[in-house]
Amino acid sequence: MRKLEDLQRQLSEGRITRREFLSRAAALGVTAAVPALILQEEAMAAAPKKGGQYLQGLTGGATSDVLDPAQTLDSYMINVSFGQLRNNLTEISPSGELAPELAESWEATPDAATWRFKLRKGVEFHNGKTLDANDVVASFNHHRGEETKSAAKGIVGPVTDVKAEGSDIVVFTLDGGNADFPFLVSDYHLVICPANSDGTIDWQSGVGTGGYVLEDFDPGINTKVKRNPNYWKEGRAFFDSVQNLFIADAGARTNALRTGDIHSMANLDLKTVHLLKRQEGIHVFSTNGNKHVTMPMLTDVAPFDNNDVRLALKYAVNRQEILDKIVKGLGEVGNDSPVGPANIYRATPEELPQREFDPEKAKSHLKKAGMSDLKVDFHVADSAFEGAVDAAQLFAESAKAAGISINVVREPNDGYWSNVWLKKPWVASYWGGRPTEDWVFSQIYSKGADWNESHWDNTRFNELLVQARGELDSNKRRDMYVEMQRLVNEDGGSIIPVFMAYTHAATKDVGLPEQMANNWELDGHKNAERWWFA
Amino acid sequence: MFKLLKIVLQRLGLGVLVLFIISVIIAGAVELLPGDLCQELQGQSATKETVAACRKELGLDKPVYHRYFVWLGNMLKGDFGVSLANGRQISELIGDRTANTFFLAIYAAIISVPLAVALGILAALHRNSIYDRVVNIVTLSSISFPEFFVAYILIIFFSVNLGWFPSLSNITPDTPLTEKMYKAFLPALTLTLVVVAHMMRMTRASIINLLASPYIEMANLKGMTRRHIITKHALPNAWAPIVNVIVINLAYLIVGVVVVEVVFVYPGLGQLIVDSVAKRDIPVVQACCVIFAATYIILNLTADILSIITNPRLLHPR
Repeated sequence: MRKLEDLQRQLSEGRITRREFLSRAAALGVTAAVPALILQEEAMAAAPKKGGQYLQGLTGGATSDVLDPAQTLDSYMINVSFGQLRNNLTEISPSGELAPELAESWEATPDAATWRFKLRKGVEFHNGKTLDANDVVASFNHHRGEETKSAAKGIVGPVTDVKAEGSDIVVFTLDGGNADFPFLVSDYHLVICPANSDGTIDWQSGVGTGGYVLEDFDPGINTKVKRNPNYWKEGRAFFDSVQNLFIADAGARTNALRTGDIHSMANLDLKTVHLLKRQEGIHVFSTNGNKHVTMPMLTDVAPFDNNDVRLALKYAVNRQEILDKIVKGLGEVGNDSPVGPANIYRATPEELPQREFDPEKAKSHLKKAGMSDLKVDFHVADSAFEGAVDAAQLFAESAKAAGISINVVREPNDGYWSNVWLKKPWVASYWGGRPTEDWVFSQIYSKGADWNESHWDNTRFNELLVQARGELDSNKRRDMYVEMQRLVNEDGGSIIPVFMAYTHAATKDVGLPEQMANNWELDGHKNAERWWFA
Repeated sequence: MFKLLKIVLQRLGLGVLVLFIISVIIAGAVELLPGDLCQELQGQSATKETVAACRKELGLDKPVYHRYFVWLGNMLKGDFGVSLANGRQISELIGDRTANTFFLAIYAAIISVPLAVALGILAALHRNSIYDRVVNIVTLSSISFPEFFVAYILIIFFSVNLGWFPSLSNITPDTPLTEKMYKAFLPALTLTLVVVAHMMRMTRASIINLLASPYIEMANLKGMTRRHIITKHALPNAWAPIVNVIVINLAYLIVGVVVVEVVFVYPGLGQLIVDSVAKRDIPVVQACCVIFAATYIILNLTADILSIITNPRLLHPR
C-alpha cells in the first residue's frame, strides 16, 4: 500500500491527474480501496455549469488574421473560427470517434464515391437565418475552383460536385471512393458559413452556427465572443463570454496564467514545465495526439536514394533520449510512421515492432549500402518544432556510434518553410493532427503530393492507398493500413523520432472534462464549448 | 525669429527628402528578403497553385518598381493603401496601435525625463558623494540589463508576488485613461529604467563641465549658493546637449520598444512591424517605417530648435 499512498500524495499535489491516478491505482489492483474522499473535490468540479468570463492566451495569431475559413492557418484562428463561431457537418468527439454535428446522418453509395448528408433541422445562424443545404454547398464551393486560394483546396480536391437536394440534403460526388469522407468534412477549414444570394459565403461578419457570437475582432490582439443563447447543441458552451488573447511569448503566457490574467494556455515552455507543475492553483495537463516530428530525407537525392542509408539513419537516432530531453517526456517515441494515438488503425507493437536505437544495425545497413562511413548535412531551424536544433545535435551525437557524421546546418527561422523545407535533401519538420490514415498518407506520403516532403514513391504503397480509401469494410481497411505503416516504416524517407503531446495549463477554477479530444490541442480546439468554470 | 523660421522650413524640406530615401531603401530591403507574402502567409501549407493564385490577386506578380511607384503615388495623396495580408485599410490597422505606442512613449517620458534631469542635477550638485555614486550605479545597472530581463524582474515582483499590477497590458481604444495608466505602468517603468541612465548622466556631465568655466567661478566669488549657480547659470547653458540626449531617448521610446511590447503583450506598432516583416507585408512595413522616420525627423528638429532658442550664439550665427 506504500505505492498507493505515494500516488495519493501525488494526486493531492496535483502532480498527476485524476485519470492517471485511477489508471495507476488500477494497475496496483487497488481501485476498490481508493477512498472516495480523495476524489470528492474533483467530482464536485465535474458537473458543468454556466457562467463566467473565460480568458485564454492563444498562440499562432497574427495581425494578418482574417475570419475567412479558407485562410485559417494557425491555432489562434482555428480555435476562434472552428472552436467558437462555427460548426462543421461532423466533429471528432472527445473519445476520438466521428460524431454528427450540423449533419444529422450520412450515407454512401457502395463504391463510397457519392455521399448524402442529411442536415439537422431548425439550426439557426447567429443572425437568425435558418441553416439550409445552400449554405453548405456555398461553404464547400468556397474552397473549390481554379481561383481559390484556400488552404483546404487539397482536401476538397476529389470533390467533383456538391449539390443541394431540397433544403436539408447535400450530395457530394467524388472522383473516386473515399470511405473517410465524413472525417474529412470535420476539418477546421470546412466550417459552414451563411450563403450570399450569389452563391458566395459571408465570412466577413463572422456569423456561424457555433456556441459563441462574435463581438469584437482585433486580429493579432484580442477576439471577444459571447455565448450564443440559441445554441442548438445540448450541454455545450458554458461561458458567458470568451476573450481570446494572442500572446506570442511563452514567458508572457506563463506569467499571465500565474497572475490570473488568463485562465488557460496551450504550448507550454517545455524548458520550465517542471517548475510550472509545482505552482499552486495551476493544473498542467497534456494529451497525446498525432502531432509528430519528422526528419524527411529526399528519397530521389543521393545518398538518401539508397534505402540502406535511410535505414542506417533510422537506427542511429536515440528516440528515447529525444523524447526525454527535447519534449521532457511529454509525448511518446515514434516508429517512423505518422499514424499515431489519435488514429483508429494504428499498428500494434506486435504488428509493427518499435524500432530501437541500434548502432550495430545502422553499421550493417551502411555496409550493405557499400559505405564504411557516412557524412550528411542536416538542415534545421527551430521553426520546424521547438527544440529542433537541439534534437539535431542529439541525433548527431548518437549517430557517431554508428560511424555516421551528421553536420547540423542551422538555418534561419525566417523563411524556413519556403527556402529550406522541401528544398534541402534532409530537414526537420512537424505535422499536426490528421484524424485519418488516408489523410496523412495521401497528403504527405503519396506520389506527387504537394507536401510529399521526402519525394517518396512506393508503388505498392500508392496502390494500397487508393484501395483502402474506397474500402468500406473496416477489417479489410485495417489490414491494408497496417501494411502501409510497415512500408513507411521500412522504406519511407521520413525518420519520425517522437510524437509530441499537446501541452496545456489552466487555473484550478477551470472545469475540465474527464476525457479530452486528442485531434488538436485544447480539447480538439473545442475548449471554449467543452470546458466550464467549476 | 525670421531666421528660426527659415531654419525650420529648411529642415522640414530635408526631412521630406530623407523620408523619400528611406522609403526607397525599405522597399529594396524587403524585396531582398527571401520568399514573399504568399509563401510566408501559407507557410508549410503552401502549394504552387495557391501561392500563384494569391500572388495574382495581390498584384505581387508585377515588378517591384511598379509596385513602389503605385504605393508612392497613393502615399502622396495621403492614402496608406491596404494591407496585403488581410486587405484591411492600413490607416485603420495602424491607427490604434500608433496611438498606443505614443501613449506608452509619452507615459514613460513623463516619468523618466523629469526624474533623469532631477537626478542629474542633484548628482552634479553633490558630485562624488555617496548619493552620486549610488544613483550612478543603480541607473547604469538598469541600463546594462536587457529590457526583457528588467521586464521579467518587474513582473515577478509587482505582479506575481505582490499582485499590484497586471502582467498583461491588453489595452483597447475604449479603455479609460486611468485604467490604461494602471495597465501600462509596468511597461512604462521598464522603459524608464532603460532610458533614465543616459539622460541622467548627460545632465550631470554637462553641468559639471560648465562648473569649471570662468563665469561660474565669478558667481562663486560673488558668494552665490551652489544651488543658485547650477539652476540660474549652469543649467541654461547646459540645455543644448541635454535636450539632444532627451530627444534621442524619446525617439527610442517610440521605435525601440518591440521587446517590451512582446513581454507585456502591449498592442503597439513594434509588434505589428515585426509581424509584417515576417509576413513580407510591404505596404504595412513601409507605413510603419514612414511613421518611425517622421518621428525621428520631427524630434530631431525639435531638439535643434530648442538648442537654438536656448543659445543666442546659435540664433545669430555670423
